[in-house]
Amino acid sequence: MAELFPNVKWDRMWEATGETLYMSAISVVATFILGAILGLLLFLTSKGNIWENKPVNVVLSAFVNIFRSIPFIILIVLLIPFTKLILNTMIGENAALPALIIGSAPFYARMVEIGLREIDKGVIEAAKSMGAKTTTIIWKVLLPESMPALVSGITVTAIALVSYTAMAGVIGAGGLGNLAYMEGFQRSRNDVTLMATIIILVIVFVIQFIGDLVTRKLDKR
Amino acid sequence: MITINKAKKIYSSKKGEVRAVDDVNLEVKEGEIFGVIGYSGAGKSTLIRMLNGLEIPTSGSVVVAGREVSRIKGAELRKARQEISMIFQHFNLLWSRTVAENIAFPLEIAGVSKAEREKRVKELITLVGLEGRGDAYPSQLSGGQKQRVGIARALANNPKVLLGDEATSALDPQTTDQILDLLVDINKRLGLTIVLITHEMHVIRKICHRVAVMEGGKIVETGPVLEVFKNPQQPITKRFVQQVTEPEETKETVDHLLSRYPHGRVVQLTFVGEGAEQPLISNLIREFPIMVNIVQGKISQTQNGSYGTLFIHLDGEESDLNRAIAFIGQHEVGVEVISNG
Repeated sequence: MAELFPNVKWDRMWEATGETLYMSAISVVATFILGAILGLLLFLTSKGNIWENKPVNVVLSAFVNIFRSIPFIILIVLLIPFTKLILNTMIGENAALPALIIGSAPFYARMVEIGLREIDKGVIEAAKSMGAKTTTIIWKVLLPESMPALVSGITVTAIALVSYTAMAGVIGAGGLGNLAYMEGFQRSRNDVTLMATIIILVIVFVIQFIGDLVTRKLDKR
Repeated sequence: MITINKAKKIYSSKKGEVRAVDDVNLEVKEGEIFGVIGYSGAGKSTLIRMLNGLEIPTSGSVVVAGREVSRIKGAELRKARQEISMIFQHFNLLWSRTVAENIAFPLEIAGVSKAEREKRVKELITLVGLEGRGDAYPSQLSGGQKQRVGIARALANNPKVLLGDEATSALDPQTTDQILDLLVDINKRLGLTIVLITHEMHVIRKICHRVAVMEGGKIVETGPVLEVFKNPQQPITKRFVQQVTEPEETKETVDHLLSRYPHGRVVQLTFVGEGAEQPLISNLIREFPIMVNIVQGKISQTQNGSYGTLFIHLDGEESDLNRAIAFIGQHEVGVEVISNG
């Protein structure tokens, strides 16, 4: 190992891995919650649904589309003033979180909306015919019935987030991306870049494996 | 139990107004199985959804079990819906829940305690004949079993009215009959008022006490099922009655017969109740010097009595034929000459 990767400092490598995992985990959780709320609102305010409301839907839709379209690397830069405002710093793992969450929540919200649209309208009508409240419909019909789509969506989003953390790393957020760039690229130590890449690949495979497993378990169709 | 008074539902579309339900008056008595028949687009779907407030009439009133569902809103409407349950053509079960959990869903909505729910679900599973399938998921069930879950779910909160939205239209004929038998059984055992919409006269014939025929948003004919079978007034009603009384081949058989026997007449006889029990054909042959050839016959059972049709071919002297047809007419049997040979 030491011969293949002569320049890799393992304690530094594991520390960076921890940072990447930390950034990914926090932003995945926040994206799941925020994206689900946004997606639900997008769905519920759309035409023919419980809270049909065109102005709200148009505004939400525009917001989602704008933040989904901005390239992530540019979004980080654009969000510097905002990040400084709430965190007082631009350096470190935490500083990457606002950009990560704002960048991926709208992306996930669209997936949530698509998942919710796949639910048979008849099932929602049946719940209404039983006298269900809107909150009951959300918690007991919409979310459980779309859960496989929500999980496979968050799997895709989580993988995108891992690569976003690497990008955030380049501008000072730490993690494997930062290590690969600073130690590997800048100092021409290709073995460091390669090792960081391998670890990122392993993280992605594990996420995909868990996501697929959970989706299969949940899907009773 | 149900009173619909001058209900109208008008949608405005780009092409102008669409009158889905147009000035409908209807009365359904307690404990009755009432059928609404019509082709798709006749407005029956909108009509039945007015009964549980899923559609609000543009004007007019709908009163179900003492509540004006066309006017109440919010919590009151939700409470009313627990007493007016619905079963659907495509069952509309939650695939993420097991059979038992699906049946428990309306009980959760009604705020029934967990222990109480489990007890009730067990009773319902037995009632609809799904013992041992409680832990299965809907995807593992056949269409008929899914509809049984739908029925159990609809009965969970002891409703006063059960609405059936094309409840058997997605099922094969044999399963349809099983589900219809179950509905009749529930109607008798629980005294439940049932309103169902369908496009199959078979469903009306088999389980309904009274029927309304809908066309273009209006109810064009209504009455006890046997009456409507015996004496359909509107052309659309006649067509629906034919669905049951005349197998599709009848017309072909009659045409074939007419071409083979250019003489004589093909006559359709209609028997209702006791009329069916007289030895009419024997008497006919004995009394008149004519040939009688039976083409096709069918007896259908309805909830208020039996109803039969018989196609016969008569041949002989012109005067004898006329007297024979007059003779049939005297015996409380409907007679219609299809075609002169």
